[in-house]
Amino acid sequence: MAFGDQYSRWRVDRSRVPAACGLSGVISEDGAMIGGDVIIESMKVIHDRGNGLGGGFAGYGIYPRYRDHYALHIMFEDPGGRAACEELLEADLQVQESEEIPTRPGPGIEDAPELRRYFAVPRPEKLAALAIGPDDFMVQLVMRINTTVPGTFVFSSGKNMGVFKAVGFAEDVGEFYRLPDYSGYCWIGHGRFPTNTPGWWGGAHPFNILDWAVVHNGEISSYGINKRYLEMFGYECTLLTDTEVMAYLFDMLVRKHGLPLEVACRVLAAPFWKDIDIEDDPASRALDEALRVVYSSALVNGPFAVIVGFSRGMVGLNDRIKLRPLVAAVKDDLLYISSEESAIRQICPRPDRVWAPNAGQPVIGELKGDV
Amino acid sequence: MAGNMVTSEFLVQVDHERCRKCKRCTLNCGFGVFDFKDRVTADTSKCVACHRCVVFCPEEAITVARNPLAFREHSSWDVDRRKAIWKQAQDSGMLLTGMGNDLPWLNVFDHLLIDACQVTNPSIDPLREPMELRTYLGRRPDRVEVERSDGGFKLDTEVGNIIKLDIPIMFSGMSYGSVSINVHKSLALAAQRLGTVMNTGEGGLHEELYPYGDHIIVQCASGRFGVHSEYLNKGVAVEIKVGQGAKPGIGGHLPGEKIGREVSSTRMIPVGTDALSPAPHHDIYSIEDLRQLIYALKEATGYKPVSVKIATVHNVAAIASGIARAGADIIYLDGFRGGTGASPAVVRDHVGIPLEIALAVVDQQLRSEGIRNWVSIIAAGGIRSSADVAKAIALGADAVGVGTAALIALGCRLCQKCYTGNCSWGIATQRPELVGRLDPDWGAERLVNLINAWSLELKEILGALGVNAVESLRGNRERLRSLGLDEMTTEILDVKPAGR
Amino acid sequence: MPRAATNDRTELKSITLDAGGVYYKDLNSQVRGLIDEGYEEIVLQGVNGQRYIGDGLTQKVKIIIEGVPGNDLGAFMDGPTVIVNDNAQDGVGNTMNSGKIVVKGHAGDVLGYGMRGGRVFVLGDVGYRIGIHMKSFKDQVPVIVAGGRAGDFFGEYMAGGVLVLLGLELGDSPLVGSYVGTGMHGGAIFLRGEVCDHQLGSEVRVYPLEEEDRCQLEGLLAEFAEDTGADLSGVSLDDFVKLQPFSHRPYGNMYCY
Repeated sequence: MAFGDQYSRWRVDRSRVPAACGLSGVISEDGAMIGGDVIIESMKVIHDRGNGLGGGFAGYGIYPRYRDHYALHIMFEDPGGRAACEELLEADLQVQESEEIPTRPGPGIEDAPELRRYFAVPRPEKLAALAIGPDDFMVQLVMRINTTVPGTFVFSSGKNMGVFKAVGFAEDVGEFYRLPDYSGYCWIGHGRFPTNTPGWWGGAHPFNILDWAVVHNGEISSYGINKRYLEMFGYECTLLTDTEVMAYLFDMLVRKHGLPLEVACRVLAAPFWKDIDIEDDPASRALDEALRVVYSSALVNGPFAVIVGFSRGMVGLNDRIKLRPLVAAVKDDLLYISSEESAIRQICPRPDRVWAPNAGQPVIGELKGDV
Repeated sequence: MAGNMVTSEFLVQVDHERCRKCKRCTLNCGFGVFDFKDRVTADTSKCVACHRCVVFCPEEAITVARNPLAFREHSSWDVDRRKAIWKQAQDSGMLLTGMGNDLPWLNVFDHLLIDACQVTNPSIDPLREPMELRTYLGRRPDRVEVERSDGGFKLDTEVGNIIKLDIPIMFSGMSYGSVSINVHKSLALAAQRLGTVMNTGEGGLHEELYPYGDHIIVQCASGRFGVHSEYLNKGVAVEIKVGQGAKPGIGGHLPGEKIGREVSSTRMIPVGTDALSPAPHHDIYSIEDLRQLIYALKEATGYKPVSVKIATVHNVAAIASGIARAGADIIYLDGFRGGTGASPAVVRDHVGIPLEIALAVVDQQLRSEGIRNWVSIIAAGGIRSSADVAKAIALGADAVGVGTAALIALGCRLCQKCYTGNCSWGIATQRPELVGRLDPDWGAERLVNLINAWSLELKEILGALGVNAVESLRGNRERLRSLGLDEMTTEILDVKPAGR
Repeated sequence: MPRAATNDRTELKSITLDAGGVYYKDLNSQVRGLIDEGYEEIVLQGVNGQRYIGDGLTQKVKIIIEGVPGNDLGAFMDGPTVIVNDNAQDGVGNTMNSGKIVVKGHAGDVLGYGMRGGRVFVLGDVGYRIGIHMKSFKDQVPVIVAGGRAGDFFGEYMAGGVLVLLGLELGDSPLVGSYVGTGMHGGAIFLRGEVCDHQLGSEVRVYPLEEEDRCQLEGLLAEFAEDTGADLSGVSLDDFVKLQPFSHRPYGNMYCY
C-alpha cells in the first residue's frame, strides 16, 4: 500500500493515532561529537516502554559536509512516487547530492521502503518569485510532497541533522540505519507504543520539520484545537498523530513568532491561573496572562513529555501536572534527558547531578559556541 | 418561600379499608415513606417506586402511581429538565443517579435480527442433540506446534493460562460497598454452580468469599481498595478497571453512608468517609504505563490472566488495540448503558458510545491487525436478555457480562437510588437490617435460574442457526441483519441490512 | 541468567547476583527461586532499570540493590525489606502491604500509591503524587518519610497513614509543590517547615503537633536516620506542622438528588 493510501484510510477511520513511549536525549554543550551507538545503548534500557511498532532517532551535527544544505530524508514505497517527487525537487531545489540512505538490514526490521536522502537548497529564482524565505519555502515543499505525492514521505528536512525512523524497536532501528557510523553533538531517541496501525514507518518518532525534531511520550488531549489553530497559520497536520502538532507549535512560536524557547514552553505548558494570580512580579504576571490569553489554543493539554531537538540544542518539557516522567542529568558539558533514570545511567553511570524537572519547567541544553 | 419546589415523583396510596395495620410497610420501606399513627400514613415525597411495600403488603392495600400533576407542555423544557434545574438551584450540586443510562438513545441490539436455517441447511434440535456453550478466556498462541512421539503426536505449544467458563455469560463487577455482602455471596454461589465467574468490582473481597476464588475475577481499580497480594492471588484473573460504561472518564464515589465498619475494613478507609476512586489510575497515564501495571500484576500472581475493563468511548478500537499490545489477556468493554451505584447524571446519560458499535469496531480492529487471538473480548453494559447475548457474541464477543440483569433477578426495581444506601431489597445498601433481607441461597438460586434460562434460549438460537457450538456464532456477523439502522451504522457494524 | 555467589559476611543466609543486563522477568524469577531455596538476603549488583523487584513477595527476606532499580519497585510487596543504595525510579512501593523500602538516593513519582502498610524511607527528594491514596486500618498504618523535597499532589486522596517530609538541604527550592493533601480524608502529613495556603488542597488545614504526634515523629525520625544514615542533628520537632483534613466528608455536599 502506498503511504498516500494509508493516509486516506486513516482520514476516514479516525482522527489520530494515540501513542505513548520512551524517550532519551543527550547533548554536548561544547559541541563534542557523540557516536550514534550511545543513544542506541540508552534506548535499550527502556525497551519495554515501546512495543516494537516504531523507533527512531534524530542526530544533530551529523552532516558537516553539507551543513548549509537542507538534508531531505525521504521514504518511497511507490517507485512512481520517487519519480514524481524527484521531479518536484528538481524544479524547486538545487540538489547537491542524492543517494540511498545507508542501511544494514537485520532482525526486527521488515518491509523497508526505499530510503533516500537529498542535500539541497531552494532555487533562488523560486524564492524570489514567491518572496518568501528559504525555511518557509522548504516547509511548503515538504507539505506539498507529503500530501500530494503517492507513497512518498519526507521525514527529515533540517540542516546538518537527520531523522532516522522505522517500524521496530528503537535499538533495532538504530542498527538498521547504521547510526554507530555517525557522530553528532546532540541525539534524541524514541521507542514507540502506538495503540494502533502497525506497519507505517512515517508514524514513528521523531517528527520533524526543518531543524525541529520531536520525540513524544503521552497523548495530547487538546490535539483537535491545536491542529485547527495551526491550520490558521498554514500548517497542515497530515500525519494524524498528536505529536506532529508539537513540532509545528515550536516552529511557529520560536521561528515565526520569535519567542524565546523558554517562553514558548510557557505557552505549551502554561502555568495555572492560580499561580499566575499570585506572582509577585507584575511584569512576569502580565507576560503569563498575555501568553495564556493570546495563545490559548496552543496550550498543549493532557499527559506529555517531549524532547525537542533543534539546530542549537535540545529541550525537554513535560505537561503542567507532570503526568509523564522526565529525568535529567548533567556530567561536565553533557546534558541528558530521559523517561527513566536508568536510560541515562546506562550511558553515564556517574552523573554530576540527576534531577526530575518540575511540571512545565523546560530543561534546555544549548551549544555554547559554533560547531 | 416554598422549601422544595420539586414535586413528588410518585404517589403512594394506602387503601385503609383493606389495611389491617400490620405495619409491614413501615418496616419494609428503606426510604422511610411510611409512618404509623392510628393508621398508616405515607410521605410520598420520599417514595422511589421500589415496590417493596407493595410486594410485602399481605392485603395488597398499597399502590404506587406516577404523580399525575400536570405541567404545561414544552418540547424543549420537558418536566425532567425543569426538575433538574429546581434541584440544582436549591442544592447547587451535581445531579447524582444510579443504574444505567435511561435516556431513549437508539438501542442497536433492538435493530439487529438473528438468522435461522430453512431447507437449504438444517437447523438442530438443541434439547436432544449436543449444544456446546463452553468458552475460554485469555490469550492464545497464534498456532499450535505438534511433534511426533512414539508413533503418536504430542502438543509442543504451551497454551498458557486461560479461564474456562461453562457458559459465555459472567457476572459484571459490582463492588462490595456499592452492593451488599449478600449480593456478593449470591453472585459467588451462583457463579460456582453455573461454572462461570463473578467479578469483585473495586471494593475488595470479603474473606468469607475466599473459598469461591476459582469463580472470581478480582479487580484492581484506581482507589486500590482491598488490593493486596493475597487478594490478587485468590481469583482466577485480575482485572484492571480503567473505566466504567456508566461513567466513562470519571472515577467512583461511594458515599459515606455506605461505608460501615465491614466495608471500612475491606477498603481500609475511615468509617463514614466518602470512598473516592479517582478517574485515572495514578500509575497509568499512558499506554506503556498500562503495560507496566499489567506486568506488575502478572509478576505478583505468577502470571494469571489480566483483564482490562474500559468504557466504550469514541476511540475505543485504537485503545483496545493498545490494550492487547500492552499484554492484557482480556478486554472488557463496558457500554454506555452499563450500570453504576452512583454517577453524575450528566455523565451517565451523555458520555460514551453504545456497546454494540464499540464491540463491532474493536473486534474488527483486532482482526485487521491480526491480533484477535491475543485477547478475549467481554461485552457488557446493556445486556438485557439472551437475544442480546446472542447478538453480542455474533458481533464478536467471547462472552458477555451481566450486572443490572443480575440485580433485577435479585429484586432490583431500577429505582436508580443506589447511592442513597437505602435499598429496600438489601441490594445496594450496607444497612444491616436491609442487607439481611437478601438471603444468599435464595439469591443464588434466582441467578442460577435466570442464567440457565438464558442458556436454554441461547441453545435454541444456536440450534435454529444450525450450529452446535457457540464458537460458530462468535464473530459470525453473516448471521445478523440490521433493520431500521442508518447506512453508516450498518456499515460500521459490518452487518448486512435485512433483505440482503 | 544472572550469576550467583554465596556471601559469608552476614549472619543471614546470603547470596549475591550480578543483575547487569538481565531482563527483569529472569531476574525476579531467580530471586523467587533463591527465596524458595531459603536465602534470607539477596544482594543484586549492577541493577539498572529492571522493573518489579520485590513485586508480590511475601517472605521476610532482605534484598539489597546496587544500582538504579526500574519502576514499580516493591509493588504489591508484603513482607520483604528492600535497600536501594542509589536512586529509585517511579512507582516505588505501589500498593505495598507490608515490609520496608529504604532508598538512599532520591525517588521518582507516584511513590507509595495506595499503600496499605509498611514503610518507605527515601533519603533524598521525591517526585509528584507521593503517598496518594494511602490507607490504614487499625494497627496497619503505612508510613513514608522523605528527607528532601516533594512535588505537587503530595498525599492526594490520602485516607490513612503517615507522610513525613523533612526538607534537608533544600537550598532555594520549596519544600513541597501545590495541591498538598487534595482530596485527603484520613491520615496525617507532617512537613518540616512552612507551607502557604495556596499550596494546600481545599480539604486540609494546618494544625500544631499534639504530644502523641511528637512521640510518633520522634520514633520515625530515629528509625529513618538509622536506616538511611541521614544526619538529623539539626532537625527539631518544633519545626514541623501537621496537615489533616478538617472534614470527614469533604465531598458530602457535591451532589443533589
